Amino acid sequence: MSKILKVQNLSKTYRSGEHDLNVLNNVSFDVDKGQSFAIVGSSGSGKTTLLGLCAGLDTTDDGEIWLCGESLSGLNEDGRAVLRNQNVGFVFQDFQLLPTLTALENVIVPLELRGVKNASDHGRELLEKVGLLNRAEHYPSQLSGGEQQRVALARAFSNKPSILFADEPTGNLDDDTGARIEELLFELNKEQGTALVIVTHDLELAKKTDKSIRLRSGKIEETIG
Amino acid sequence: MGKNNAGFLWLLKMAWRDGKASYGKLLLFVFSITLGVAAVVSVHSFSRLLKENIALQSKSLLGADYVIESDRPVNDKVQGIMDSLGGSDAKEINFLSMAAFPGNNGTKLMEVRGVEGGFPFYGDLETNPSSAKTSFKAGGALVDATTMLQLNLKKGDSIKLGAVTLPIAGALENVPGSTSVFGAIAPPVMIPFQFIQTTGLVQTGSRIEYKYYFKADEGQDMALLSEKVEPVLDAEDADLDTHLSEARRLGRRYENFGKFLNLVGFIALLLGCVGIASGMGIYVQMKVKSIAVLKCLGASKKQSYLIFFVQIACMGIVGGLLGTIIGYGLQQLFPVLLGDLIPVEVDMALSLQSIVLGLSLGLAMSVLFALYPLMKTLYVSPLQALRVVQETQTRSKRATLLVGFGIISFVFGFSYWLLDDSLRSFFFVVGLLVVFLILTAVARLFMAMLKRFFPYSWGFVPRQSLKNLFRPQNQTLVLVLAIGIGTFLISTLYFTKDMLLEKAAIEDSANSANMILMDIQSQQVEDVSNTIEASGMPVIDKISIVTMRVETLNGKYVEDIRKDTTSQVGRWILNHEFRVTYRDSLIGSEKVIEGKWVNNFNSDKDIPISVSSDFANMAKVTIGDPVSFNVQGRIMNTVVQSIREVDWSRLQPNFSVVFPSGVLENAPQFSVMTLRTPNDDSSAKLQQKLVSDFPNVSILDLKRILELLEDILAKIGWIINFMAFFSIFVGVAVLMGAIYSSKHQRVKQGALLRTLGAKTFQILKMIAIEYTILGFLGALMGVVLAVLGSTLLAWMLFDTTFVPSVIPFAIILPAITFLVFALGVGNSVGIVRNSPLAVLKKEKE
Repeated sequence: MSKILKVQNLSKTYRSGEHDLNVLNNVSFDVDKGQSFAIVGSSGSGKTTLLGLCAGLDTTDDGEIWLCGESLSGLNEDGRAVLRNQNVGFVFQDFQLLPTLTALENVIVPLELRGVKNASDHGRELLEKVGLLNRAEHYPSQLSGGEQQRVALARAFSNKPSILFADEPTGNLDDDTGARIEELLFELNKEQGTALVIVTHDLELAKKTDKSIRLRSGKIEETIG
Repeated sequence: MGKNNAGFLWLLKMAWRDGKASYGKLLLFVFSITLGVAAVVSVHSFSRLLKENIALQSKSLLGADYVIESDRPVNDKVQGIMDSLGGSDAKEINFLSMAAFPGNNGTKLMEVRGVEGGFPFYGDLETNPSSAKTSFKAGGALVDATTMLQLNLKKGDSIKLGAVTLPIAGALENVPGSTSVFGAIAPPVMIPFQFIQTTGLVQTGSRIEYKYYFKADEGQDMALLSEKVEPVLDAEDADLDTHLSEARRLGRRYENFGKFLNLVGFIALLLGCVGIASGMGIYVQMKVKSIAVLKCLGASKKQSYLIFFVQIACMGIVGGLLGTIIGYGLQQLFPVLLGDLIPVEVDMALSLQSIVLGLSLGLAMSVLFALYPLMKTLYVSPLQALRVVQETQTRSKRATLLVGFGIISFVFGFSYWLLDDSLRSFFFVVGLLVVFLILTAVARLFMAMLKRFFPYSWGFVPRQSLKNLFRPQNQTLVLVLAIGIGTFLISTLYFTKDMLLEKAAIEDSANSANMILMDIQSQQVEDVSNTIEASGMPVIDKISIVTMRVETLNGKYVEDIRKDTTSQVGRWILNHEFRVTYRDSLIGSEKVIEGKWVNNFNSDKDIPISVSSDFANMAKVTIGDPVSFNVQGRIMNTVVQSIREVDWSRLQPNFSVVFPSGVLENAPQFSVMTLRTPNDDSSAKLQQKLVSDFPNVSILDLKRILELLEDILAKIGWIINFMAFFSIFVGVAVLMGAIYSSKHQRVKQGALLRTLGAKTFQILKMIAIEYTILGFLGALMGVVLAVLGSTLLAWMLFDTTFVPSVIPFAIILPAITFLVFALGVGNSVGIVRNSPLAVLKKEKE
């Protein structure tokens, strides 16, 4: 099975005041196409930093990352942006919908960035899939937390990504809503063959994935699956 | 890796989507640009229309196509030129003289105009009744309409001019070529030409003007006529004025005032732009998360930058367009504010040039000033969507320098376009930079000092207020700038007006003159003096005047200097008939700046004279240079012995050339006397007596002139204040924008404080203290800078000591502080209106 994400000897250090903070230390793992993968760990273990680096949102200090066959160190910021637009989807803990755009407009931004024609039609289909077609013209502030995350899911899958990064996707939701979101996430993962990388401290959620790693103080403590 | 495929249309779409959701904030930015553009467009458009209308109406301003004029009867050579031009179509003799109105014992200094022929050929001689404009030619006088009203005169009453008494044929409402400002000092009275000699007023010393009006043939080239005839006329002490040169001269007079107002408007626009820059900074700060998300979704740095750039550009265009429309409306007010100070009826129209100016100014200024805050979008990391990131870089130094250079270049370029003078534009930009830098430094220093010496022992409410002044995203800098600049402008204008009036004011002491008698013949001096003293008023000064023209300068004849195209000597020196006095001492309005003053001279050598610095500059002479004068046919050789600086603004007789005692005593001369009248009643009685006994003597009542000057300054002051208040309006818009931009943060802070137990009153008090401090600091800095600026003006331009009036401190400072307080509190009431729960719930969502 070919690798959609390959991380090798990854290290990252941030400067905090006078001190260097070693957030990730020699981390290596890989994710197969269509595979679901969880990164678990307690707060401050470095899991969000790892997700950001894997998605090309930040640059590495040491080590190498290959995303969709491309070495991220060989791309500049705009190059990584294009790679994200064509291959990557995101779901954030606090939804991160653009507050000045309607639900439909939020969903179709990735499509419009790719220059897709009839993006609105496609956006409506996705909103229908997450059960929010009737809220297409509503702004994020007019939607509940669960609804916002469903819009975020529709946006994440709108460009049929090869890989989707989800940062605590249910962290800001109640149990029932969280469960519905998880269901949708895995459903879309299966349906579109999208690899799923989830950062979570919810072990129950991690158990549902094909493979997971546990981080502690920037190092992989355990690999499951 | 290629690019994403979203094109310009997508950028427009995104800018529109984002903009429509943030229209409240954007509208305030638009408002700031709108007011600034309106100020510039209204002044620029009005100045241009005035110039165009002057050019269009140039013939009716002169009353003819061209005029040949001289201050003495024309000689054969000039007569020959006029004959070769087909002979004049009309002629006029005019001079100043006292007019008496026997019916009511009134007297007035008037400009007597004896006219013959069909003048005016263009424009209208407006009279009441209208038949009077022809009937007066049979032997009547047309008297200035305002004078008729003031002295309660009516048609049929008599007017006495020297030895002639004529019935008033009607009121003169408008004469082509007469300016209202001069007309207010000596209003016109028009009589038939044949009565001029019989008045007996054409005597030595009288300033008499001989005018010959010409109607040109269709298509005659005025420029060519000037080129051919003017040098010959110059040599004969005559002058040619074509309707085109008259329009240029008038245009220049109003142009300078227009340029000044344009700069005031431009400052208002700059102020609006500072508001935009600050508002944009806060706006971009609020958009950081959205920008990060967009980058996560694949938008490039350039795309995320351009979305906001397009918004700013659209705001600039909308602001420019609205500003142009408002500016067009505003310019309709200018003729009302300026009244009769403008010489022509201005036909108001909106021109393409004004629209282009408004739009391009709105666009260029908003984009230029938004570039710096917008640069931040380039450095927003997509990681911000996941977590709070410590920003290592927000703007590149090179780009910051480039933007700064762009702004300064644009401001300089635009000032140069307005002023057409690179040195003045340079000083304008430097002055502006200094004011901006001082205000910025004071605001920053204030924040630093507040942090360093924070009064921890104070109560909770004042402590919170003070903390708001230096919290992140505070408004201290932008508000101190906006309020400071507005107050600075208003206070400087107030101080300058004060200085001008102060300089012109007549000293209220017993030995300073408030009346000047002119054109007193030698044989009348004693009798006039006796008449004055018999009325119980002492003569303060008797000044003898000898008229003369420059014959040679440094050994070179004036005719030769005129022909020398490389000569820098001013035409005024070559053509003017100088009124020269002689005395043995300096007077209060002058001081020697070079050479040595000579009291008395009694020798056959060259006469040591004193010249004013203006004379020396224009004649290009210095100490020791020989100058010869033609004194009514006799040549007098002199040498420049001293150069004086003369304060011409003092209302008293001042002279360009002064001879020492002992030389001119026996030359043909006339006199000027100054005296002080204790009150209006005795002044009127003395004037009646003098006019009746000495009809050729002209009387200048300095009190009336000062009143007139005050009236003119008041009118000009109106329009200047009007423009300065625009800066305040823009300041208010910037203030509202700043309050609105930080409202979100304040609402949250207010809700949290109320959750923790703060009362509504305490929160409002907090806001009130904060804005009162900001208003006071900004306004105080504005007034202090105005004092510094006015002191510099007094020293460099007015050559006087500046004593600031208390008005800006006592009225402007508290008024602006209150305005800021009221706006701040008024706009913040919404903060305490919502329940804390609703605010916090919304915040959570």
